[in-house]
Amino acid sequence: MFHLTLHLADDALIIGHRNSEWTGHGPNLEQDIAISNIALDQIGQARNFYQYAAELCNNNREAYTKFISSPAFHQVSGPIDEDDLAYLRDAMEFRNHLLAELKKGDWAVTITRQFFISLYQQLLYTDLQYSADKRLAAIAEKSLKEVNYHVRWSGEWVIRLGDGTEESHRRMETAIDQLWPYVGELFVPADFQLEAAASGLLKNPEYYRQPWLEKTGAAFEQAGLMLPAPNWYQKGGKQGIHTEHLGHLLAEMQYLQRSHPGAQW
Amino acid sequence: MEKQATINLEQQFQDRVDQDIRIEPKDWMPEKYRQTLIRQISQHAHSEIVGMLPEGNWITRAPSLRRKATLIAKVQDEAGHGLYLYSAAETLGISRAEMIDQLHTGKAKYSSIFNYPTLTWADIGAIGWLVDGAAIMNQVPLCRTSYGPYARAMVRICKEESFHQRQGFEILLTLSRGTEAQKAMCQDAINRWWWPSIMMFGPADDASPHTAQSMKWKIKRFTNDELRQKFVDICAEQVKILGMELPDPELKWNAERGHYDFGKINWEEFWQVISGNGPCNKERIAARVKAHEEGAWVREAAISFANKRAQKQRPAVA
Repeated sequence: MFHLTLHLADDALIIGHRNSEWTGHGPNLEQDIAISNIALDQIGQARNFYQYAAELCNNNREAYTKFISSPAFHQVSGPIDEDDLAYLRDAMEFRNHLLAELKKGDWAVTITRQFFISLYQQLLYTDLQYSADKRLAAIAEKSLKEVNYHVRWSGEWVIRLGDGTEESHRRMETAIDQLWPYVGELFVPADFQLEAAASGLLKNPEYYRQPWLEKTGAAFEQAGLMLPAPNWYQKGGKQGIHTEHLGHLLAEMQYLQRSHPGAQW
Repeated sequence: MEKQATINLEQQFQDRVDQDIRIEPKDWMPEKYRQTLIRQISQHAHSEIVGMLPEGNWITRAPSLRRKATLIAKVQDEAGHGLYLYSAAETLGISRAEMIDQLHTGKAKYSSIFNYPTLTWADIGAIGWLVDGAAIMNQVPLCRTSYGPYARAMVRICKEESFHQRQGFEILLTLSRGTEAQKAMCQDAINRWWWPSIMMFGPADDASPHTAQSMKWKIKRFTNDELRQKFVDICAEQVKILGMELPDPELKWNAERGHYDFGKINWEEFWQVISGNGPCNKERIAARVKAHEEGAWVREAAISFANKRAQKQRPAVA
């Protein structure tokens, strides 16, 4: 449960962080606001999941913290909180999908990645809101309203860019080509997802593959884009084996917390 | 005859202004009034947009999730302010594209304060407290400015700005109660942002050529020096709550005037930064131009897509 909650939190934080890199640099003011808004929703979701993970951790500290080897984390005195989990774990202790941590790229990469992840989250949270775990269910229910909007917004952009100009179509093809090898990981269960499935908390993510492909296919068809064939995929994020990008992202995100141990901000 | 008609119109216009009746987009207005407003509102909009950059600089490094979320929300509010202000300026007959072009080519100015760098997290607090504080001091009277769309945009902006200012002060307050390193960070940020902040009110009254006309038209309600004094008086008290100091050895309460006296402003620096020689002028504009150019294909695609859809929906002509 702790790992599942952390995984959900990490996904939301890392993609939220990536999207927040657009703030002040969007293609126009309206879209600058829209992508920042999505980043805010995601960071809000991450906070809810981290707060819950922190509670779980504080209730059974020894059992959970043995999975975290970062010395900074172990120096925390007193109960841990959301920021300790976000700022004091090292890259190999993060459990997000690789897809979330890839660089933001151009607008085509950003919105395609957003569409892929939001669609996955939509399927996941729709089920999670009925989970036997009431806390996760409540967070999922709240987040789902936001995620529904993210799906709509990013889906509209997929269609707009796919069916926009020659250049936007070409950029979409490049983005899909770049991101596709990271899609497979969404549907392959990690141990903690198998455990969650066994205890009836959540479905095996394999279950979402087909509906995800159907929905993506439908959007791509409207956009005049081809759904790539299933192929070899990159994996490891959920086991803590990440791309090179996550280390840099965390170095930037965590530096202030790390260089002033124990300080309040 | 024609000249007489214009004089009458000008008189009627001034009468309305004198009676505090708002001027609306379709009303007759002197060309100079229109130009002054376009200059001032677009400058204000550009300041919001360029102002997103120094603060955005800390979004990916904000020290807690709560701070990260509030900073994103704040910078996003500024984009929103830019939008309302560009829209207000558009009612005067200029397009957003033209205004953005003027910003990118250097024809239009923006608040010089944003040409200073944000070097530590404390700068985010100092910007909130001092820069937003000075902006509010300038902007609250603009809620009563004579041009309707500008005044209405300012009402909404001022509400959000005062929220930002409180957030900024709270960042500094937290630092001021923190570790020695955090206290030092807080004082250093105040040292660097204080003087540029009080320059935000513009040149001294005797060096501000547009003030008299703008006051007559009620675009401006107070002079630069009046607002600056008010700001100094407030900050000189607030800084005590932080247990910090303002970097001005001449700052001293003057019981006779009922105001704080303060040291001489380095106007040479002010004019240098305005004329392009601040620490970040070139970077700020380069960042805006880059975002605009890299977004060009996105905007073109959106237009092309909208046109295609409109065409599909149009019934075929027999």
